[in-house]
Amino acid sequence: MTDTPLPDEVGEGPPIHLPPSISDVEPVLSVRTPIRLEYDFIPSAAAQQYLRAYASKRILGNRSPVDGAVFVPPRGVDPRNGVVAAEMVDLVDRGHVGSFCVTHLPIPGRKDLPVPYVSAWIHLDGADIGFLGLVAGCAAADVRIGMRVRAVWKPDAELGATAENVLHWEPTGEPDVPVAEAGNRAWALKQAATGGGDGA
Amino acid sequence: MGGERTAVLGVGQTHYRSTRGDVSMAGLVREAAMRALADAGLGWSDIDAVVIGKAPDFFEGLMMPELYLADALGCVGKPILRVHTAGSVGGSTALVATSLIQGRIHRRVLTLGFEKQSESNATWALSLPQPFSVSINAGAGGYFSPIMRQYMVRSGAPELVGCMVAFKDRQHALSNPYAHLRQHDLTFDQVVEAPMLWDPIRFSETCPSSDGACAMVLGDEAAGDASPRPVAWVHGTAMRSEANNFPGRDEVNPQASRDCAADVFRQAGISDPRREIDVVEMYVPFSWFEPIWLESLGFAERDRGWRMVEEGATRLDGGDLPVNCSGGVLSSNPIGASGMIRFAEASLQVRGLAGDHQVDGARMALGHAYGGGAQYFAMWVVGADKP
Repeated sequence: MTDTPLPDEVGEGPPIHLPPSISDVEPVLSVRTPIRLEYDFIPSAAAQQYLRAYASKRILGNRSPVDGAVFVPPRGVDPRNGVVAAEMVDLVDRGHVGSFCVTHLPIPGRKDLPVPYVSAWIHLDGADIGFLGLVAGCAAADVRIGMRVRAVWKPDAELGATAENVLHWEPTGEPDVPVAEAGNRAWALKQAATGGGDGA
Repeated sequence: MGGERTAVLGVGQTHYRSTRGDVSMAGLVREAAMRALADAGLGWSDIDAVVIGKAPDFFEGLMMPELYLADALGCVGKPILRVHTAGSVGGSTALVATSLIQGRIHRRVLTLGFEKQSESNATWALSLPQPFSVSINAGAGGYFSPIMRQYMVRSGAPELVGCMVAFKDRQHALSNPYAHLRQHDLTFDQVVEAPMLWDPIRFSETCPSSDGACAMVLGDEAAGDASPRPVAWVHGTAMRSEANNFPGRDEVNPQASRDCAADVFRQAGISDPRREIDVVEMYVPFSWFEPIWLESLGFAERDRGWRMVEEGATRLDGGDLPVNCSGGVLSSNPIGASGMIRFAEASLQVRGLAGDHQVDGARMALGHAYGGGAQYFAMWVVGADKP
């Protein structure tokens, strides 16, 4: 491919005439202007229920009134069907790894996180979607899709209405969930078993 | 596909670099636009409207840049429309522009995608703390790594297939004068030995951060017939999207991707994509997405896409379905332009104007883009002949 020449109009452009007072000052070619934006997050009703329960080591999910799918964290709706999902269910603090990433890059603001660390989709028992969590308590090389994990909570005195209450998820030592049933694949199997609709 | 026949009359690209410090955003987009106009043999006054896209504004921290760029794009007093679909935006933008021709709203439209990644930090812009979630996601690589791992486990693909994709695309880039990464001395062993960033993704298997813009001039049938240079005719256009997390979601082969491919091939009258498509420009920012999309798009059976990589089927040199002859996103990644580059490079191939990375005799090509959590899809099929 030839490098299509730019029409003359672009070229160098017309000469720029500076006032004498600044004619021998070094030209400014770029300016770095860091910006920040802070905002207050006001949780929805479902989120408030979830975060308050989470502060006492309870994990709440929402059950869809349409097909019974359980969402965690709860949003108060089943977004697939556009309906309110008011029913809250208690979930256990154990599940399995749907899939994961071994990250070798330090994250700004997380100096506490040793590199490499494992971020994983955590699928709680009884929930039908996963969420992101840190896996620790074993070597990164030993983490597997389907590995059973449980929550390691912060000391009670440090708990609050925040997503940070679970320090990480550690292996339970139980047998793995088979890969073919791990993560989101469980939903299709469940639907097939109960004669439900198309889970995809 | 209904409506007015649409032709790609001209393509213009900037050189993709880590920093284009010699130009502002306005200078960057104008450079691509002027090359596209020159390629089409047209001037600013021939353009009826502009459709522009880029990645989210918080990347560079400049809100609604299209407002100030209208001047640089010769668009004062004309309609300008901005498209937002994350990483797929370059593709979606081209499709919105196409729809304005198909719907006979305009006769000639300038469409353009750009990014000035040197003025931002995409990795950390994509890792904003979320109120419900712990802050452990390190950029797009951290997000997509689990999907690639799932693919590797379920397909049984050999571990080095990703490295083969990365090495191939970097070799292809050597034939593209606009490509950002042009690593003449790169060896396959260096790709393999590069440090892991987001296991299973090595540094060598990730896209660069680029500054750049890509533009196309689209026209109606009469404009296509009157064009002084070969044109590409649009045979099919499709967009689909889905949520990034719901019960039963197949992250490796999303429903939206399969539906989008089925729609675009149906419009183009294509029943056997592997045989009927001559060349593909596919959105592969991380190496393993080549076999993943080969399967999702119907070029390979489920869990067999990696074999096409291993057999060299996707190589410009000797492959029967060359993929990313331009070097792809793995060699140049001005995010908001990356999808449009795929569409533009597909057009250059069927126009016979792809230069040193031309696939001999290419008549039908697929341009493909994805974005978000592999949840937004945009595709078009372009051909040398009228549909």
